[in-house]
Amino acid sequence: MANLDEFRRETRAWLEENCPDSVRNNPIAAEESQFTKKNRSGESLLWLERMADKGWTAPTWPTQYGGGGLSAEKNRVLGEEMAAIKAPIPLSGMCLTMIGPTLLELGTAEQKERHLPPIVAGDMHWCQGYSEPNAGSDLANLQTKAEGRGDHFLVNGSKIWTSGAMYADWMFCLVRTDFEVIPKQKGITFVLFPMTDPGVTLQPIRLISGASPFCQVFFDDVKADKNDMIGNMNEGWTVGKRLLQYERSSIGSGGSDRFGFSFTLAEKAKEYRGNKDGQIDDPLLRHQIAKHEIDNYAFKLTTQRMLEEVESGLAPGFATSTMKYFGSELVKEKTELMVSIMGPQALGWEDPDNFNEDEQKVTNNWLFSKALSIAGGCSEVQLDIISKRILELPTS
Amino acid sequence: MALVLNEEQRLLQDSASDFFTNQMPISDLRILRDEKNSDGFSRTHWQEMVEMGWAGTNISEQYGGLDFGYSGLGLIMEQAGRTLAASPLFASCALGASALSLMGSDSQKSELLPQLASGEMLLALAIEEGASHGPEQTQTTAKAVGDQLIINGQKTFVLDGHIADQLIVVTRTAGSPGDENGLTAFLLSPKTNGITITRTFMADGRNASTVDFDSVEVSAGSALGSIGGAMETLQDVLSIGQILISAEIFGSLQQSFERTVDYIKQREQFDTILGSKQALQHRAAQMFTQIELCKSLVLSALSDLDNGLSGEALAKVASITKAKLSTVFLHISSEGVQMHGGIGMTDDEEIGFFLKRARTAEHILGDVRYHENRCADLMGL
Repeated sequence: MANLDEFRRETRAWLEENCPDSVRNNPIAAEESQFTKKNRSGESLLWLERMADKGWTAPTWPTQYGGGGLSAEKNRVLGEEMAAIKAPIPLSGMCLTMIGPTLLELGTAEQKERHLPPIVAGDMHWCQGYSEPNAGSDLANLQTKAEGRGDHFLVNGSKIWTSGAMYADWMFCLVRTDFEVIPKQKGITFVLFPMTDPGVTLQPIRLISGASPFCQVFFDDVKADKNDMIGNMNEGWTVGKRLLQYERSSIGSGGSDRFGFSFTLAEKAKEYRGNKDGQIDDPLLRHQIAKHEIDNYAFKLTTQRMLEEVESGLAPGFATSTMKYFGSELVKEKTELMVSIMGPQALGWEDPDNFNEDEQKVTNNWLFSKALSIAGGCSEVQLDIISKRILELPTS
Repeated sequence: MALVLNEEQRLLQDSASDFFTNQMPISDLRILRDEKNSDGFSRTHWQEMVEMGWAGTNISEQYGGLDFGYSGLGLIMEQAGRTLAASPLFASCALGASALSLMGSDSQKSELLPQLASGEMLLALAIEEGASHGPEQTQTTAKAVGDQLIINGQKTFVLDGHIADQLIVVTRTAGSPGDENGLTAFLLSPKTNGITITRTFMADGRNASTVDFDSVEVSAGSALGSIGGAMETLQDVLSIGQILISAEIFGSLQQSFERTVDYIKQREQFDTILGSKQALQHRAAQMFTQIELCKSLVLSALSDLDNGLSGEALAKVASITKAKLSTVFLHISSEGVQMHGGIGMTDDEEIGFFLKRARTAEHILGDVRYHENRCADLMGL
C-alpha cells in the first residue's frame, strides 16, 4: 500500500508537469486519442509523445515492448490521477485493446518485437478484418480467400463494418484457407498485412447517425507475409475468438459512463424537466434514472471484479460475454433516457444553429449506441455463448 | 475483502456449504413449517453452529467472538441462503450483535456480547410498524413518567420475536412520525409486563411475530444508545442488516437459478431437451448476467462494511445492494416456477419455497420500492 501511495504521489507530480493545460478537460483532445502521431499536432502530439515515452500509452504492457510495466493496481491509480486533472487518454483504439493483448498472449517473440513497440509509440493503428457481407453474427461463415504463394498469402475478398479503416496502418484479418473442411471454423487462418498494399481499396459507409466511421474494404491480390500469421494455418478461429474476448471486455468496460457525455442523466433531467429543491420533478423519470444508476454501479463493480480476477491469474474468459451483453444494453438504456429527457431538442439534424453541442452529441450517441449491441458479436450471440459455454445448455 | 475471496474466506465458505447442504437441507424447513414447530428453528443445529463459532463471527475477540468481520458472516449467510436454512443468524447475529456493538455502552457490550457469541442469548429487533419500512416513521412512543419511560405501540414483522431472550425496540421519545430526531432504542426482556408477543406464520416458513406494548415500563438505563438520538447509529445497524440479508438472498437466488437450469437440462418435451430451446436459453443467460452483477455488489458491500464505511455513503451502498438483490431474486424465483412448469406449482417440488422466500426477504428492512427511492435521494437525483 505504501508503495502504491508513493506511486500515486509520483504520478500526480509527473502528470501535473507533463500534461499540457490545453488538452485537459478538452473533448476535442480526447477524441484525438484515436489518431496516431502522423495525424496529431501541437500539444495533443506532445502529450502523446510524453506518455508514449513513459510507456503509459499501454501502461500494463511489459517494458521490453515499450509498455509501462504497471500492475493492474498501479494502472488504476494512473487512471484515477488522470481523471482527477481531466487528462485525456493519450491513445486509444483496437491496437491497444485487441491486437496488442492478443499478440502478447499468442504472438511469437519476433512478432511481438516487430509489432508492439510501434503501437506503444503511437505510430501504428490497426483495424479489424472480421465481418463480411455474408458473415456477421455467423462469423465462421467468412469467405475471404487466402492462397499460399511461397512465403506469403494472396488475399482476395471483402470485409465490412471495418471501423477506422481510413486511419489504419495495418489490418488483422480472418481469412479462409480451406473451403472444404467441416466444421467451417477449422479452415480459418489469422493473418496481418499493411493497409498500404496496392490491392486494398476502401468504401466508406454512412450510418444512421450521419457519421461514416466504418468502411467496406476490398482485397485484390493483397500480400500477407506468412511470418505475420498468428497461430497455425487453419487454427485462426481460436486466435480470432480469443481476440473477441479482449474486444468484448473493452466494449463492455466502463459502464454507461464511458460513453462520452460530460454531463449526467440527473443534471439534464433537472435542466430539461424541472426540479424542486434540487430534486428531479418527474417521479417516474427519477425512478428510471435511479434504476439505471443502480445497474451502472453494479456493472462497474463487476468489471473491477473481473480485473481483480485477471490480476489473480485468470485471463478474461466467457464472463466477458456477460459484460459485453450487459454493458451494451446499459449504454443503450442511457442514451435512450438522455434522448427522452431532452425531448425534441435531442432530435435536431445537422442544425448547429438551433441545437446546442450537448443536444447534438446526445442525438449522435443515441444513434451510434445501437451499434454496440450489434458489433463485436451481437447481444443475441452473447446470450447464445452464455447459454452454451457457461450454462452448458444443450444445442437443439 | 477485495472482490476476490482469499484462501481463509474460501475455507470458511466451503465448511459453511458442507454444513448447510448436509445438515440443514430445505427438507428441514419443510418439517419445521408442517409441524408448526414452536421455535421455528432447530436448537440442535444452532448449537452446532455456535460450536463452530458462527454466532460470534462479527463479534470482536475481546467479547468472545471470532472477529471474522462482516465478510465472514456474509459468506456463512450466503451458504445458509442456499438451503433456506432457518436459524437465528440474521436476527441475533447480523442485527442483534451489530446493534449491541454499534449502539451499546461498554457495560452493555461486556455483559451481552459474550452471551450472544456463546449462543446463550437470542435477540430480536422490533422496528417495523406497517407495510413500509422507515425508522423515521416510528409511531410507537416511550413517554417519560418520573424516572421511568412508558412504551405504547405495536411492532410487526419482528423476526425471531417469539424466541428472543431480549428485544431491541425502536421507539419515539420526542417529535412526531417523519422526524429523524427523537428516536430511542431500548433493550428489554420480552417477559416485561405489558408485552404481548404473537407469533405470525409466514409463507416462507420462517420466524416472525407481532409485539404489542401496552404501558410497558422501562428505565432510562435500558436505552441502547442516547435518548432521542438513536437514528444515526441505528441507520448504520440497518445498513449492516440490509447488506447481510442481501448476502443471504444471494445464496438463495443462485440456488434457485441452478435448480432451474438443472431442471431444463433434463426435462424432455416435444421430443427434445427443454433447455435446448433458445427462448429458455436466453432468459437463463440474462439471469446469469444479473447474478454476476449481484455477486459484485455483495462482495463489495461486505468489503465496505469491513473497511468501516458508515453514514450516508454506507446507506447508499446498502440500498443499491438490497434493491438489486431483491429485484433479481424476485425475478429468478418467479422464472424458476415458470420453467419448472406444472411441477413447479406443487408443494412437493422445492422451487416454490424460493418464490415465497424471495417475497418475504424483500420486506426485511425495506422493500425494493423503499430502497430505489432512497437511492434516488442519496444519489442526489
